[in-house]
Amino acid sequence: MTESAYQIKNLMKAYEGRVVLHIDNLDIRRGEVFAVVGPSGSGKSTLLRLLNFLEPPTSGTIQFGEFVTNGMGTAPLRIRRKITTVFQRPVLLGTTVYGNVAYGLQIRGEGKDRERIDAALDRVGLAHLSLQRAKTLSGGEAQRVALARAIVVEPEVLLLDEPTANLDPYNVGLIEQITRELNEEKGTTIGLVTHNVFQAKRLADRIGLFLDGHVIEVAQTDAFFGHPTDPRAKAFVEGDLIY
Amino acid sequence: MGEIYRGFLQAIHLIVTGDQQLMTITSLSLRVTGIALLFSTLVGVPLGSFMGLRRFFGRTVVIAFLYTGMGFPPVVVGLFVYLMLSRVGPMGFLGWLFTPKAMIVSQVIISFPLVAGFTMAAVMSVDPNLRQQVLALGATEWQATVAILKEARIGVIVSIIAGFGSIISEVGSVMLVGGNIKDSTRVLTTAIVLETRKGDFDLAIALGIVVLVLVFLANVFMLRLQGRTFND
Repeated sequence: MTESAYQIKNLMKAYEGRVVLHIDNLDIRRGEVFAVVGPSGSGKSTLLRLLNFLEPPTSGTIQFGEFVTNGMGTAPLRIRRKITTVFQRPVLLGTTVYGNVAYGLQIRGEGKDRERIDAALDRVGLAHLSLQRAKTLSGGEAQRVALARAIVVEPEVLLLDEPTANLDPYNVGLIEQITRELNEEKGTTIGLVTHNVFQAKRLADRIGLFLDGHVIEVAQTDAFFGHPTDPRAKAFVEGDLIY
Repeated sequence: MGEIYRGFLQAIHLIVTGDQQLMTITSLSLRVTGIALLFSTLVGVPLGSFMGLRRFFGRTVVIAFLYTGMGFPPVVVGLFVYLMLSRVGPMGFLGWLFTPKAMIVSQVIISFPLVAGFTMAAVMSVDPNLRQQVLALGATEWQATVAILKEARIGVIVSIIAGFGSIISEVGSVMLVGGNIKDSTRVLTTAIVLETRKGDFDLAIALGIVVLVLVFLANVFMLRLQGRTFND
């Protein structure tokens, strides 16, 4: 039986009384690439924030290893530091590319581990720009710096929130390739939120379709696209679900 | 026209030769302004940062007070400090009226809202998503706050320079509470008023040049910092 990275039970998240996410049961397996697809407002990004323990669920539980949320604040730092997120629109620090990538290590008291930083920059193909001011980079380069600063700390789980939205095909390809390599080489669990069903098909082991804060269908990628069970999932796969 | 030209040349001569009176006045001006700015910075930067970072009940009212403070007419501040420190005032027992201490108090009141207000604006101008993104990299709440303040650092320095500019060239309040006493409370601006009234344009122009140079240098520094921000 495959070990779970996350076990989600009766999870509900509401803002000012408005429920934006409600999941009865969802397992994300250790070492898999799990893609979350669905239209805007379906609760995908909220799920990632909860999985990174940036905010607590309103009710229900998320189990991560031995840690279980108790509804009181966020997770302990040692748990949070096993997970990193790359956001759709990265906000880089007003320093060099190198300084940005070093940040995660610095806040962990691991100093500027040059070897790891160089390796992360190499992986995203930006070693030649390490001394450049981060805020002068193009959108694609900035997203690659965001990816480098998220992977330099070697997280158990890497969460990607629409990481390639608005990027050119070259950068999309590069980020997808790095994501695949990380998953295969280091066994990093990947949680990917994407609008792009083709990207989900290319990268994911399993896919979950979210609509209006609910999980509609979760299946292996082949099954999700080949034999969706829920009619809404079928409509989504066939491009007939209008949103 | 010739008189102004002659006065200007004499003023340059006074500056180049380091005229004793000019040096004394300049030194006191820098001392009073420097100490006032130090106090304003020590209180204004933490307060401005707090206001920029936190949301709390009554924040809008505090901001309204701060913005009002940014537009205080210096002479009104001088009047207020004068009344507080005068012999019949509630703080008259301190005996600070017509001393540099009173001038420092009034300059703190003038510059503190500027430092706090501009610091708040600098902190608020940092992308609000930064906090979440550094937290998502494993930062503690405190480390996230430090990251935001670091991003706002140039704006904070600009706020301090704006505070400096507002008090080094201010005349109304220091005249009221300092009294323009020779070798005691006479600063650049009050001395210019006096020397002009006396008809001693050489010294008045020299003092004016010193004020202008100081304000100019502060602005050049500020522009360089802003240039760096824009380049970033």
